[in-house]
Amino acid sequence: MNKLKIVLNGLIKENPTFVLLLGMCPTLGTTSSALNGMSMGLATAFVLICSNVVISLIKNIIPDKVRIPSFIVVIATFVTVVQMFMEAYLPALFESLGLFIPLIVVNCIVLGRAEAFAAKNNPFDSMLDGVGMGLGFTLGLTILGSVREFLGTGKIFSLTIYPEHYGALIFVLAPGAFIALGYLIAIVNKLQNK
Amino acid sequence: MEYLLMFIAAVFVNNIVLAQFLGICPFLGVSKKISTALGMGMAVTFVMAIATIVTYLLQKFVLDAFNLGFMQTISFILVIAALVQMVEIILKKVSPSLYQALGVFLPLITTNCAILGVAILVINKEFNLLQSVVYAVSTALGFMLAMVLFAGIREQLALANVPKGMKGTPIALVVAGLLAMAFMGFSGIA
Repeated sequence: MNKLKIVLNGLIKENPTFVLLLGMCPTLGTTSSALNGMSMGLATAFVLICSNVVISLIKNIIPDKVRIPSFIVVIATFVTVVQMFMEAYLPALFESLGLFIPLIVVNCIVLGRAEAFAAKNNPFDSMLDGVGMGLGFTLGLTILGSVREFLGTGKIFSLTIYPEHYGALIFVLAPGAFIALGYLIAIVNKLQNK
Repeated sequence: MEYLLMFIAAVFVNNIVLAQFLGICPFLGVSKKISTALGMGMAVTFVMAIATIVTYLLQKFVLDAFNLGFMQTISFILVIAALVQMVEIILKKVSPSLYQALGVFLPLITTNCAILGVAILVINKEFNLLQSVVYAVSTALGFMLAMVLFAGIREQLALANVPKGMKGTPIALVVAGLLAMAFMGFSGIA
């Protein structure tokens, strides 16, 4: 029961995208379509889970003073793994996500969870926290990506819902990202205050 | 001429915050007052110029020379983190007045993805050293421009009567969206 709570905490109660407002750059930058958003979310989730487990395993060995730099090295290692894997097996996706893959290193969610959760809990709980937070982030990015793709081109996951020429292209471009996310957060606020 | 075009493109057309979505955290976080936005903008300009030079030299003379390209992400982030600390220590000794103005913003800069982003971008675009520096400085000025404009609007927004659910971040994001729309108007000029 308690274990389930850790996962649900990241997924809903402290959703990184809509509630904690962490990792805004990839949230806005990679959600021009639902698929891109989801891939970015999954890549971040992978890094988050791995780094949480490793950091929780080595937390007693690292001196307190060099805590943050060591965390960054661990995170950067996994980011490099993801980067090389994507470049080799998913080149088209790697091309469209571009700069945002190496930038997972400076995503505040990953370092934030390492510091706030993995440095204090056992490896298994840290893994669950990584799963919850990672999936929460993926969920947020997929929703934002779907909304933008739907309003902009009339498709969700490249599946046509209505003819493309009725779509407002602005939602696929930069301004649409800010506006769509603003309204989504407003809706989440409204639902939570009920 | 080439550098002027690059400057205009980086400040207006491909504005780092409003078109490339880098550095959103400080853009939303420290933009409640014009004075803090200006301070943050100057600190970012300073660090971005130095960080780009150092990472550029690192890439050319260490990573490329020894065929260690896969270490790029790890080495860049460590160098930037160390550099920010060093800049802070040196500024404190050499120029206390500048430290007073920029000091509080410096620790925040390590996690500013714009710094690492630009460092990687100039390598990907295969710029030479001078081009890289011009690109870094103009990008940072674009960041400062967006920050200051946004802070100015937010100062006015604090007095406006906003619907309850939209207060805080949602309305700020919508304002940023409108600002981004305005910047799209520049897209023809360079």
